[in-house]
Amino acid sequence: MAAISRGSLPRRAAAVLAACAAALSCAVRAGVLPEDRADLLYHSYDGGGVTIDGPSLLVRKQFADKFSASANYYVDRVTSASIDVVTTASPYTEERTQYSLGLDYLHDRWLLNLGYTSSEENDYSASTFSVGVSQDFFGDLTTLSLGYSLGKDEVGRRGDSIFKDTVERQQYRIGLSQILTRNLIVGLSFETITDEGFLNNPYRQVRYIDETSPLGYAYEPEVYPRTRTSDAAAFRLRYHLPYRAALHGEYRWYTDSWDIGADTFELGYTHPLDGGWILEAKVRLYSQTAASFYEDLFPRSRFQNFMARDKELSTFDSRTIRIGASYDVLRGGWKFVDRGTVNIAYDRIRFDYKDFRDLRVTGVPPGQEPLYGFDANVVQVFVSFWF
Amino acid sequence: MTSRSLQSARRGPTAAAAVLAVLATLLLGGCAVEPWVKPYERDRIADPIMSWDRDPVSSAYLHHVYEAREGARGATGSAGGGCGCN
Repeated sequence: MAAISRGSLPRRAAAVLAACAAALSCAVRAGVLPEDRADLLYHSYDGGGVTIDGPSLLVRKQFADKFSASANYYVDRVTSASIDVVTTASPYTEERTQYSLGLDYLHDRWLLNLGYTSSEENDYSASTFSVGVSQDFFGDLTTLSLGYSLGKDEVGRRGDSIFKDTVERQQYRIGLSQILTRNLIVGLSFETITDEGFLNNPYRQVRYIDETSPLGYAYEPEVYPRTRTSDAAAFRLRYHLPYRAALHGEYRWYTDSWDIGADTFELGYTHPLDGGWILEAKVRLYSQTAASFYEDLFPRSRFQNFMARDKELSTFDSRTIRIGASYDVLRGGWKFVDRGTVNIAYDRIRFDYKDFRDLRVTGVPPGQEPLYGFDANVVQVFVSFWF
Repeated sequence: MTSRSLQSARRGPTAAAAVLAVLATLLLGGCAVEPWVKPYERDRIADPIMSWDRDPVSSAYLHHVYEAREGARGATGSAGGGCGCN
């Protein structure tokens, strides 16, 4: 399987890059650098026995007319008593810290960007380099962007100083943004991602029927393939209504070499009010099919080469309802700050699993436990300043 | 890997390559096309509420939330820009 994945990807990537390079040759208008801006965000996730919160600070500043630098500091503080943890392990807390640096360079008609991200937690570290380029065409009605990322991860396992493995990840992106009318803008994006290395969670286990066990089943470690290749394509649009408000819609198609297929739909509405308010509402629907080697309950130990019981690889759907508000606090500016906003957003996400069962319920035959599902509350509070 | 998975893994890139080829042809053939939405007609497109990504710090976080809990990944961004109003 590894040979097949490695063999097909470079050909695909080469086709993408060749098409894009050809398209880039007829640019007619320069791009612009991103705005100077600082954002300080507090995020909180609470659902399925897991709470995660922390800050994110993002600062971006132009210099020397042609450059814009950005830096991001992000923290996840995790307390987990998820269903996997309470059924097969012990609750834990951990912290993940991520640093990102970016540089944009505007040259003639090209906007080039470089990025580096580093993430650290006690049993996993990741580094990613990225490069991208974008360009406008047709009197700036069309923007085409290309991107490539290379990630190197190191995987460890708490309490096991011997275990160490790696993951290499490559991402190829292409995006197109097109103004169609004075009220309508549409976007297309496509991304191929390929991973190679240790791709499963070193702690998670599968269960299999074991009639000698009091529960009727027992656990053993998951085993995943060491390669994965995925393709995702998205179409999105934004429409300015006859009054000052905007509708946006999105559809994303996804498939991968593990047989997961997914569809994502989004529909949103943005409505400014007098006095500096902007209100926002969104609905998101997501559904996926299971990986080919996923089972909630395997017939026996080591039933097949690859075995997973990760609910993220199961058949499930999720539904999100989002509401948000933004208030302009510094419309007249203050000292070196041109303007500022205070923002809050709340997302409620419902996950319903179709073939992942709730093992907290005992006293029923294996495989007859109720299906699992949970609600998550996601809150973001942040301030933004433009200078 | 099953034969079905191989087929599904190959179908996407093939279709995408065809779309990209058509796209490249359209772009190359249309270099001389006059912009049909004039710069002075882009006031609504330039409105901040029409931005693909009004608050990057927030959207990056939410993508992270979904990618950690869903099997699908990628194609979450947009080409950016496209306003042409600067």
